[in-house]
Amino acid sequence: MASGGVASGGVASGGVASGGAIVLAGLTKSYGTVTAVRSIDLLIAPGEMVAILGPNGAGKTTIIDMVLGLTRPDAGRVSLFGMPPRQAIAAGVVSGMLQTATLIQHLRVRELVAMVASLYPHPLPVDQVLRLTGISDLANRPAAKLSGGQSQRVRFAMALVANPDLLLLDEPTAALDVEGRKDFWTSVRDIASQGKTVLFATHYLEEADAYADRVVLLAKGRIVADGPATEIKARVSSRTIRATLPGAALARLAALPGVISADRRGEAVTLSCSDAETALRALLAEFPAARDVEVRGADLEAAFVALTGTENDERLEAR
Amino acid sequence: MTAVTYLRFEVLRNFRTWQFVFFSLAWPLIVFFTVAGPNRHATFIGIAFPVYFMAGMAAQGTMVAVVSRGSLIANERIAGWTRQLRITPLSTSTYFAAKVSCGYLMALLTIAAMCAAGSVLGVHLSGAGWLTMVGLLLAGLIPFAVLGILLGHLLSPESLLPAVGGLTVLFALLGGAYGIQVASSGAMLDVIKGLPSYWLVQASKAALGGGGWPAEGWLVTAVWPAVLAPLAVLAYRRDTSRV
Repeated sequence: MASGGVASGGVASGGVASGGAIVLAGLTKSYGTVTAVRSIDLLIAPGEMVAILGPNGAGKTTIIDMVLGLTRPDAGRVSLFGMPPRQAIAAGVVSGMLQTATLIQHLRVRELVAMVASLYPHPLPVDQVLRLTGISDLANRPAAKLSGGQSQRVRFAMALVANPDLLLLDEPTAALDVEGRKDFWTSVRDIASQGKTVLFATHYLEEADAYADRVVLLAKGRIVADGPATEIKARVSSRTIRATLPGAALARLAALPGVISADRRGEAVTLSCSDAETALRALLAEFPAARDVEVRGADLEAAFVALTGTENDERLEAR
Repeated sequence: MTAVTYLRFEVLRNFRTWQFVFFSLAWPLIVFFTVAGPNRHATFIGIAFPVYFMAGMAAQGTMVAVVSRGSLIANERIAGWTRQLRITPLSTSTYFAAKVSCGYLMALLTIAAMCAAGSVLGVHLSGAGWLTMVGLLLAGLIPFAVLGILLGHLLSPESLLPAVGGLTVLFALLGGAYGIQVASSGAMLDVIKGLPSYWLVQASKAALGGGGWPAEGWLVTAVWPAVLAPLAVLAYRRDTSRV
């Protein structure tokens, strides 16, 4: 699996001839009759911090598992710095934080991190990593006696101590509180600023927007959008206009400029908008009878539906 | 170097799990002193009883020491720890080597403790005799090391603890470790001679008589792992391909 072959093999390359940090080409995976990932092409350059954003069931974990060589794709290739996943992992240039992993018992936090460090060729000093991840005070605590948030931080420490060039994080903040999340992302940004490549999966738009340089939007196993975080956010952030408007035809409302879709409940109508200001002017001009008008902020679920054109299995949550 | 450091943590975990320490170290010592103490001048199938029983209890304790590696494997599998390790540079062979080495270290400790216990009850063997016994015990454990890995991939952690306990006691009992002769002749004896535990216990006889096992003993000790190892590999593959 030559890197050059992969990079030039149909993947839109941004001048990364040497093979990106991650190159996915035609990656496909099915479980029985369910296609989890459909022919994904993706190139991530060294140093990028990229979010895979999508609702649960979109295929995020399947992609991360294939990148890490834990799951074998049905078709397509994965290349990490020009190497197949197993080889890159054996070389110690990749580490990751999986979504589900319980810590083994009978070891203390420092011992766990030290054990993982011993497996890598160029690990970071254990104490430094404990400090970075905010678990210095837990160093001597048995792994069995940690809370969910604490053990998530320990798992982050285990990924970090590897001192990898590429860090993969699968829903890394699920068990953390607000403060913990902030600290977590501060540490990740620190790492990213040292030229490391970071790929993380999340179903929180705000997390993707705040911390990734680039967002890959995934729905039903396909990439539906890929671009700078600000651009993706603008595309998925919509506002809604609600008004009391008896007797207006929904089709006319939906056809107003700036409106994506219209809905009615009793006398109240709700308009999902891509451009709320334009839609509001048009609404008031065409329907002077409209009253109780209010404009509400982003309804991400509706926006996601509008963008992907599909109903999603689960809410796209915002925090 | 990686392997040694990794093994160090494996050993640490072993000694912090009281069940491992109790059943591979304390239990055989307790049974040895309780049973062989009052019978220190008796003979059993032509051997001084303490010598025979020393090897028998060493067989029991060392079997637990190596087979119980399976319960660690099962735990790590279920907890997702095995997946976590698979995304580190730790190779599969080092992973298993560390498990088996740790089991063997524990077994060596058990053997040392049993030898010391034997001396307390007046067991005298020549230098060559001691070496023969220890060597044969270590060789005779190979089938059980493979059995532990196989069980670790077949069973859940909950079912594994009773399985390890039940199987090792059964093997020990049938092999004669508890000083009970299940059969002295006929087809049943042939069946029992086909068990690797029988040859573990026979290490005492070999130690007294000089020499080692007859060819039969080496054959049994080789055939069991030869049959179990491919099964363990199959179980391992099934386990790691499933997601």
